[in-house]
Parts: sequence; structure tokens; C-alpha cells
Amino acid sequence: MESASKVIRFTRARRAAFGQPAGPVDDMSTRLLAVAEQRDREAFAALFHHFGPRIRAWLLHGGGDAGKADDVLQEVFAAVWRKAHLYDSRRAPAAAWIFAIARNCRIDAFRHERRPEFDPEDPSFQPDPAPEGEQALAARQRSDAVRAALAGLSEEQQEVLRLSFYEGESYTAIAIRLGIPLGTVKSRARLAFRHLRAEIGPQWGALQ
Amino acid sequence: MGRIAMTIEHHVSDDLLIAYGAGTLDEAMSLLVATHLALCPACRAALELAEIVGGVLIDSAPPGAALDEALLEAAVSRPDREDNREDTRQDIPPAATGPFVLPRPLRDRAGGDIAGLAWRSVGGGIRQVPLVADGPGATARLLLIPAGKSVPAHGHRGFEATLVLAGSFYDRGSWHRRGDVGIADPFVVHQPAAGPEEDCICLAVTDARLKFQAPIPRLLQPFHGI
Repeated sequence: MESASKVIRFTRARRAAFGQPAGPVDDMSTRLLAVAEQRDREAFAALFHHFGPRIRAWLLHGGGDAGKADDVLQEVFAAVWRKAHLYDSRRAPAAAWIFAIARNCRIDAFRHERRPEFDPEDPSFQPDPAPEGEQALAARQRSDAVRAALAGLSEEQQEVLRLSFYEGESYTAIAIRLGIPLGTVKSRARLAFRHLRAEIGPQWGALQ
Repeated sequence: MGRIAMTIEHHVSDDLLIAYGAGTLDEAMSLLVATHLALCPACRAALELAEIVGGVLIDSAPPGAALDEALLEAAVSRPDREDNREDTRQDIPPAATGPFVLPRPLRDRAGGDIAGLAWRSVGGGIRQVPLVADGPGATARLLLIPAGKSVPAHGHRGFEATLVLAGSFYDRGSWHRRGDVGIADPFVVHQPAAGPEEDCICLAVTDARLKFQAPIPRLLQPFHGI
């Protein structure tokens, strides 16, 4: 590959970060930062090899054929490469950020819609309040906490989340598939989220 | 309007945030959720949680087959389709610095802020701008209810969500102001009224046609189209 010559090696500091599994940022997030800050192709390839096959499998679950899935996959990683500078490792682990990009590309490609999204640069945007006393969990800890809390959900709640996020099914489709009322699907989703919030802490917004 | 402090009391429900985060919500309801998110930092924090759930589920799924290396190179050199589209969004009329009544996701969809839109009377002084109207699914429209006026009493075959953008409305015991979302389930019959201080502008999303209680006055016939 002609790109090999363009590879910028990790800095010593980054290598040190890889050696600290309990650090505030996980390996994939560290690599995404390397793409953002140094246009690091080796790090980008690592992200591609880790997330690429998973996102492709996820796209195929959404009902696309292989050709379409590869096309959307390319679009996802083109966006990861281009928009890496927008990634904020304090807010989200790489997996969540890449999931959000993949979700948007899927909506674009399969539903032919542009997903309505808020714009932090909009004059009407209500900015986050200044952070108060308690510091939010680092992205890595959030991710670990969510993983642990998901395992503590009931089977029924896990199923609704999996069908929503992984299979990309609407609540109506889930209700039909499981043979249960729409209201039951929605309340399972709400209960699952309430449980996650309770496990992870109040920094997720104290509402409802 | 703009960056003044607001206190939102009525939020979008977690099931809507999850569906928006998962990407399974229809376009009309996504428009409402995205607009609420522009005005509500607390719900943005909850959306981050939903996206972390998505990330964890993708990350822990079996990886499937390895990828063709050519896809990697193609991704890096792919032309920027999305940014070309961003350009078309810049075509929106003047006053680009605001303050705007309609936050960004709505301005993009409507093609500008409230003053420049084609408001159509639906009777009773109430005016509307349809935003998502086609197909059998959910519909989204902007409604302008004159200060102090009520919407005719109606029930629902489906689910109705109303997001306030200007003024206020009173419904079933509570006031809703900018950023607040009112939810009416299929069995609710209600008659929301605009507050007296100024015209109420809101985004109304319904996933089925409304069902009016009384025979509809001729004047309000077009409203029945809702």
C-alpha cells in the first residue's frame, strides 16, 4: 500500500497509554485520538479491523445485501477518518462514537432520510451548564459500567435493547415479533433505561 | 429565545430517547426528539448513555468475517458526499445569526424560521405548516395557536407529542413552555389552550389521525385533516 510511507508512528506517550488498561481511555479510543491528532493510519487500520467486521455484521442484520453493506461500511469509515477531530474522548468511548456514525449512515442509506440532529453551533442551542462539583465518570469507566449494568437487566429488557440497537427494529416491529402490546415494549425500554441510570449514577440527567 | 437559561419540566420519555439513539424512530418523531435535545442538556446526557449502550452492543457482538483490505483504502480516499450536502443546507434565508424560534433541526426541515413560512389557516385562528406529511406513518406539523385560544377537544387513535417553541399552553393541569413536551396517549381526550401572554407555536407529531369529539364545525373542517 502506498499509504505505508505516510504512517506516523505513535508517540511515546501514546504507547505508554496502551500499557495502562485501567486508564481513563480504552485502546480503541486512544487509537481514535491518534487518528484525530496525527492522522495516524496504523491506528485507523486498527479501528477498521476491530469495528469493521462488527459493523458489517450489524448492517447485514438490518436487512441489506452484502454489496450494500460494504458500501455503507465504506461510508462509515470515511466519516470516521474525516470527522475524527470532532471526537471527544471525555464524553464517549470510541465504540459509542463510531456506533452513532454507523447509525446515521444506515438511516441515510436504508431509509433515504436525513436524520434530524441538533447542532451545537446553532444560536438556538441550549449549551450544557457548567459542570458542578462531582466529575462525570471517564468515558472508559462509563462504558465498563454500562456493560456491567446491561448484564443485570432482565432477559426481557435486554431483548428490547438488543432488538432496538442491534437489529434496528422499531417498537412496533418488536411488538409484532414478540406478540406483545406496543405499550409493553415501550415500558420494558423505559425500565431498562431506569435501571441503567440507577446503576451508573445521576450524571446522566436527573429526570423522570 | 437564544441562550437564556430555561427550565424544562416536561421531557421526552426514555423510550423515545432510546429509539432515537438506536436509530429506529420514524422521521416525524425524530424531528421532535432532535429539537427537544437542542434545548435540553439533561436529555443530551441521556442520549450519550443510549449511544454507549449501542457501542457496547456492537463491540460485544461476534465480529463476523474479516474484511477486504481494499475497503480500508477506499474509505480513506472516498469523496466527501456528506459535506456537499451540508452546503445545500447553508442556502437557508438570511438572519443566520438568530435569535431563532425554531432550533436547527426544525429550521432545516421547514426551510427557515417562523416568519418566512407558509402558514395556512385551519380554522379558529389556528394556523399550521405541515413538515412531515406523506405516507401512513407519523406526521409532524408546526401549529400556531393564538394567545388565549383553545384547540378543539379531541381524542387520539394513536400517540401525540407536542413540543412548545414559543408562548405556552395549558393541558390537563400543567403549563408547558419552550422546550417542554406534552404527551397524549391513545385514550386521552383533551383541549389544550394557549397561554394569554403571546401566540403559542409548537411542533405537533401524531402517529395517527386525531379524532374530534363533537361534529366538526364547518370552519374547522380542514383541521380534521390533522
